[in-house]
This record gives sequence, C-alpha cells and structure tokens, in this order.
Amino acid sequence: MKDLKSQASKSTTPGKGGLTPEIQSRIGHQLRAMYDDVVRQGVPDRFAELIKKLDAPGGESRNENGAGGSNDNNGRD
Amino acid sequence: MPLTNSLRDDILAAVPSLRAFAISLSGNADRADDLVQETLLRALANIDSFQPGSNLPAWLFTILRNLFRSDYRKRRREVEDAEGNYAKTLKTQPSQNAHLEFEEFRTALDKLPQDQREALILVGASGFSYEDAASICGCAVGTIKSRVNRARSKLAALLYVDGAEDFGPDETVRAVIGGSGG
Repeated sequence: MKDLKSQASKSTTPGKGGLTPEIQSRIGHQLRAMYDDVVRQGVPDRFAELIKKLDAPGGESRNENGAGGSNDNNGRD
Repeated sequence: MPLTNSLRDDILAAVPSLRAFAISLSGNADRADDLVQETLLRALANIDSFQPGSNLPAWLFTILRNLFRSDYRKRRREVEDAEGNYAKTLKTQPSQNAHLEFEEFRTALDKLPQDQREALILVGASGFSYEDAASICGCAVGTIKSRVNRARSKLAALLYVDGAEDFGPDETVRAVIGGSGG
C-alpha cells in the first residue's frame, strides 16, 4: 500500500514494462481476489480432523506398569 | 517445541492461507489439498524443529513451497486444467464477465516462470514481507524484489496490453495502450 501511495503522484507515467500504478493495483486486486476466495473457505473438515487425530497421544497403549518392574522372582520356595 | 494446544490452533488457523497458496501455485484444487495435507503431516512430524516465537506461517509456507517444487520437478504439471478445476473450488460462482476476467488472470499467472509466480503470490497475496518471502524461497531479498517486479510487468503485458478491450473503459489504461483499436 505504501508503494502505491508513493507512486500515485506520477499516476499516468508508465513504469518499465508499461506497468503503471493503475495496472499494478489492478493486478494486486485480482491476485488477492483469487487468493481470498480460497481463504474464505476456511478449514475443510479433512484438515481439522487430521490435526485433531495427530494431536491425540500416538499409541493408545499406555501401560505404565511392567516397564521398570524387574521381575526378580526366583521362584524358590 | 512440543505440539501444544495453542500451537495446534495456530497451525489450523494457517490452513486457509496454505490452501490459497497451494491453489495459486498449482492451479489445481485437488492437488493443492494434497499438498496442504502433506505439509501438515511434515510440519507435525517435525514440530520439534519449529522455533517457538518464530513465524509459524512462514515456516509452514516454506514446507509447502519446497514440497511443491520437488513435486513439480517430478511431474511438470501434467494436469493443466487451471481455470476449470479452480473454478469448481469457488463457493460463489463469479458472474460470466467476472469469470472470464478471472480465467484470463489465472491463465496469465500460469504463464509466469515459477520463481516469479511464487514471489508475486507471497508478497502480493499472502502479504509476507520481502524478507519473509526471501526466507521462504531461500534467496536474497533483492532477488525477491526483482522477481515480483518482473512478474508484475509480465502480467501487465499479458493482460492489459494485448487484451485491453476486455476490460472496459479505463482511460488510463487506454492512454497507455495508445488507443490502437482493431
């Protein structure tokens, strides 16, 4: 935006390649229109679910006992 | 950093613009969503390498951009159905006139060299600074600036010099073109 402002004074002077501020702003407008159309669609369920799923702790098998319990049962009675 | 709830929310919040970036780059909605999915999987798998407090969108865009480029090298855009496929993704179908104009723009955008197209999208549509865009593309700031300028000039030449009549009365544009009607 600040670029446009600084160039606005020489508004009808073609830049290199015929790029006037008007044309430049028109290109910017179309580019953003194309882009924002997609942005406005929000987050498709597909991705919301993907992130939700991956957020859950990886394996559901969280057996905390048995990990460090050295089974020192010599079984000699 | 670990995947906290707030980081997860931030990633989700970046999804709409990641999709827009992917569609703008590839011109193909289905492929774009595959790119976004792959980007999210990579990001989550490598979340430990994300620096807390740094620019999350820029980090995600970098992943997507690199994925796109490696993919691109493999299969040089076998599906060139840019505007047809893209139009299907629009919620509100543009009016006939606007649609034509849109298709022309999309076609012109696809004619740009890839370096220029991505630079223009990052700066002109995603709203990244030249510095962020340079870091996303792995090049110097000056390189990004000149790519953006060349992209704009080329689009101007493609859209507003050859096909100027399509855009209705615009005195400035006509003056520039010199009013050489057919």
